[in-house]
Parts: sequence; C-alpha cells; structure tokens
Amino acid sequence: MNHSNSNSSKPIVRMDKVNKYFGSLHVLQDIDLEIVPGEVVVIIGASGSGKSTLIRCVNGLEEFQQGHIEVDGNELLPHGKSGRALQTIRTEVGMVFQQFNLFPHLSVRDNVTLAPIKVRQLDRDRATEIANKLLERVGISDQADKYPSQLSGGQQQRVALARALAMEPRLMLFDEPTSALDPEMIGEVLDAMRELANEGMTMIIVTHEMGFAREVADRVIYIHGGQIVEQGSPLEVFDNPQNERTQNFLSRVLKH
Amino acid sequence: MEVTFEFDWAAALGSIPHLLPGIPYTLLISFGGLAIGFVIGIIFGLLRISPLHWLRLPAGLYIEVFRGTPVLVQVLFIFYGLPQLLGGPINALVAGIAAIAVNSGAYISEIVRGGVESIERGQREAGLSLGLSRTQAFRYIIWPQALRRMIPPLGNQAIISIKDTSLFSVIGVGELVRQGQVYIATTFTALEVYLMVALLYLAITWSLSLVLRTLERKGLVGQ
Ligand SMILES: Nc1ncnc2c1ncn2[C@@H]1O[C@H](COP(=O)(O)OP(=O)(O)OP(=O)(O)O)[C@@H](O)[C@H]1O
Ligand SMILES: [Mg+2]
Repeated sequence: MNHSNSNSSKPIVRMDKVNKYFGSLHVLQDIDLEIVPGEVVVIIGASGSGKSTLIRCVNGLEEFQQGHIEVDGNELLPHGKSGRALQTIRTEVGMVFQQFNLFPHLSVRDNVTLAPIKVRQLDRDRATEIANKLLERVGISDQADKYPSQLSGGQQQRVALARALAMEPRLMLFDEPTSALDPEMIGEVLDAMRELANEGMTMIIVTHEMGFAREVADRVIYIHGGQIVEQGSPLEVFDNPQNERTQNFLSRVLKH
Repeated sequence: MEVTFEFDWAAALGSIPHLLPGIPYTLLISFGGLAIGFVIGIIFGLLRISPLHWLRLPAGLYIEVFRGTPVLVQVLFIFYGLPQLLGGPINALVAGIAAIAVNSGAYISEIVRGGVESIERGQREAGLSLGLSRTQAFRYIIWPQALRRMIPPLGNQAIISIKDTSLFSVIGVGELVRQGQVYIATTFTALEVYLMVALLYLAITWSLSLVLRTLERKGLVGQ
C-alpha cells in the first residue's frame, strides 16, 4: 500500500516446496512463497494450521525436512544443515513473539543492547545510543532502567519490537504479537507496527486482528492444514474469497 | 521412677571452648566440599542435558551412584578403601572434603539440570532469533536466570552437607562432633555437650538461612 511498485525487485524470502513434519503430522505441505522487499504479508488461518511453524522456518527456529528456503541470498537447508547461513539469517531477521520473551534479568535498555553488543560487536556507548533512540520511537524511553516485569504487556511488546529493531533487520517476523495482550493495549502495539510498515520494513505477520490486516497488508495468505489455500490483496481475500474454506474461516472470525 | 538428673549448666557452658576448635574443620569440610561439588554439579548437570547420548549417560551414572549410596559409606570408602588402591594413606580432612564434594556434586548436578530446564524455551528462542550463538544464548540469557532459581535449592543442599559432616567423626577429623566426643570421654557430660554441639550446628545453619533469605528479599534470587 505504502510502497511504490516493489513487485519488480528480487524476493528477500523464497520458500520452495517446503515440507515439515512433527513426527507423522505433516505440518507444512509444499509451501511455495516469495516475498519482495518492503512487502507486508499477513498470514491468517485457524489454530493449528501451521502459521507459527511457517514463520519459524524462515529464521530457522524450526527445521524442515524437504524443500529449501532462501532469505536475502542465504540458503537454509533441510534437517537444519545450514551452517553459517543460519547465523547470518538470524542477524538479519527480527522476530516478535506472542509471549514477548523479554529477558527478565536484564533492564529494558540491556534487553535492547545485548545483541548489538554481543553479535554486532558494537561498543556499549554506541549500542546504548541506538537503544535510547529505538525506545523513544516506541514510546518507552522513560522506562529504560526498569525491568520487564515492571512494565505492562503492551509496553513489554513494544520493548520486544525495539530489541528486534536494534539489530537493524531486513525482515521482521511477528507471531501473534497482540494475542497475549489485554484489549486496551492492542492498539499501541499495532500502532508501532503500522509505523514500521509505513517506513517500508518487510514484514511477515501472523495475526487474528483482521482490521489491522486489511489496513496494512499488501498480501493476505490463508493457510489451512499446512497448505496455502488462498492468497491475494486484502480486498481479494477478505471481500471476495474464492476458496470455500477461506469463506468459512472468515465468516467465523469476522462475525465478532 | 524418679528422675534424679539435673542439667549441669556449668558443664554445658564449660564445654564450649573445647568445641569451638571443631568449627573451622566443620566449615572447611562443608564449604570446601561444596565449592568443589558446585563445579562438579555444573559440569555433570550440563552433561546431563547434553543432546549427545554418550555424554548424558556417564553423567546420569555418576548422579545415580552418589545419590544412591550413603555419604558415610562414601567417606569410609575414600578414607579406608582408596588407600589400598593408591598405596598410601589419605589425610582425613582431604577424605572428608572429597566425600562432601562427590556427594553434594551429585545433588547439585540435578539442581543445575533443573534450573536450566526451568527456563522457558522462548528465552533461548528470543536469543537465537537476535543472532546470538547457542553458547551466547546460554551464557547471557539462560545461565544467569537459571542461577537465580538454583540458589534456594543450593542453600538447602549446603545445609544438608553441613550436617553430613557430623558423620565424619568416624574417620577422626576434628570437626564439631569429634571434639564433643573427645571432651565427653573425660567429663561424662554427654547431654550437656551434645546439646551444645547441636546448638553450634544450628548457629551455622541459621546464619546461612539468614544470608539466603536476605538475598531473596533483595530480589537477587528466585523468580
Ligand atoms: N513442537 C511440536 N511438536 C509436535 N507438534 C507440534 C509442535 N509444534 C506445533 N505442533 C503441531 O503442529 C501444528 C501446527 O502448529 P502451529 O503452532 O504452527 O499452528 P498455528 O497455526 O500457529 O496455531 P495457533 O493459531 O494456535 O498458534 C499443530 O497441530 C500443532 O499441534
Ligand atoms: Mg501459532
């Protein structure tokens, strides 16, 4: 929406016939997916359909058994045999989790500076400077010396966003970033994400916030039983779904 | 039956100077053994959760053997048994420290394993997703949190080990109980002296509990 014709550029994520099993459960089935820089992709689907597993494959938190995944020119191989590429991908791909997963033993600021210092080898002053800027941007600058447990859920999730951004990622993954939040805090997190999308960040977002999806997504993907059943612009998927399962899913979730 | 016994306060208080020399031995065996046991516990506790089967197995064996046998038998084995293998006597103090080390080491291995395993999977995943290596994620994220959770059970183990050293009077180390026995042999005031011995153990274990409670109150421990 916010991006001039980004479809012409080379994909930053390419998934090619990716198959994943948990034991005998075939969780991802022949997933083909290309995402171009600047694109905001929202993944929707019922619980257990494989949304989390799909995005966790992109940064190697889950291994897959067949196919291949390329992220910004680095290749992930089946069975976790990716070697250094995995590390490179993880420094370039940020992730925000449903449960925030902030480090409870570190102050808010140290949560944000840890990876830049240990991975990017920035000196503490430089890392702190970046952290302060990011915390200000997500509206938490006055809480930087507190510990995560002293913040509200919405604040914690915004810290988690700042922490991921401190690595200057080229791609951001969000796994239901607002599902663990009290309703009155969902807005502040979505606002921060919307701002990021407007700045041109490439994002893959798993969410049940259909209004938000409609507004920020360039593309909506519906997955069911580990398969991409339907995808298209928000208008196409939400207002004119072609697949019967998509129609059923949407009629259930859009009712409330 | 008429009780003619009268508690002899003078004998009780008078024994204290004779018991005090046992305290350094009790503390040295306990904390020397626990320090080594902590190192053993970290190593074997981490081996125990290694993804590699051939590392997990020996660690599990060590833990089972030393948790499953009495510390008294362990110290007797070290003090009387090992010299037969080594061809020379072992200092009783060394034997006592070694026994506490291998015994507490087995329990501490389990404390370490439990502490590390208690950290939510999401912590490691958040670290990895930021580009930290597995070693870095462990060192900067998992271990510091695990250590805090380990402190209460470690304190518990320290108290148990301190009390275990009382058994080592059998190998003749001059710890608290031994000093009491030696003194009673000349005065025949067993009740008074053993009461004092018990109170001195209480003084040691209470001080330790106090330190631990203070740490906990300051929020340096637990969660
Ligand atoms: N570690 C695991 N071991 C075994 N099965 C798993 C594991 N993780 C997920 N699964 C199974 O894989 C399927 C897909 O799970 P996934 O978490 O990707 O679904 P999801 O679409 O994210 O669901 P939700 O909306 O509930 O988060 C589910 O059936 C789930 O039970
Ligand atoms: Mg999920």
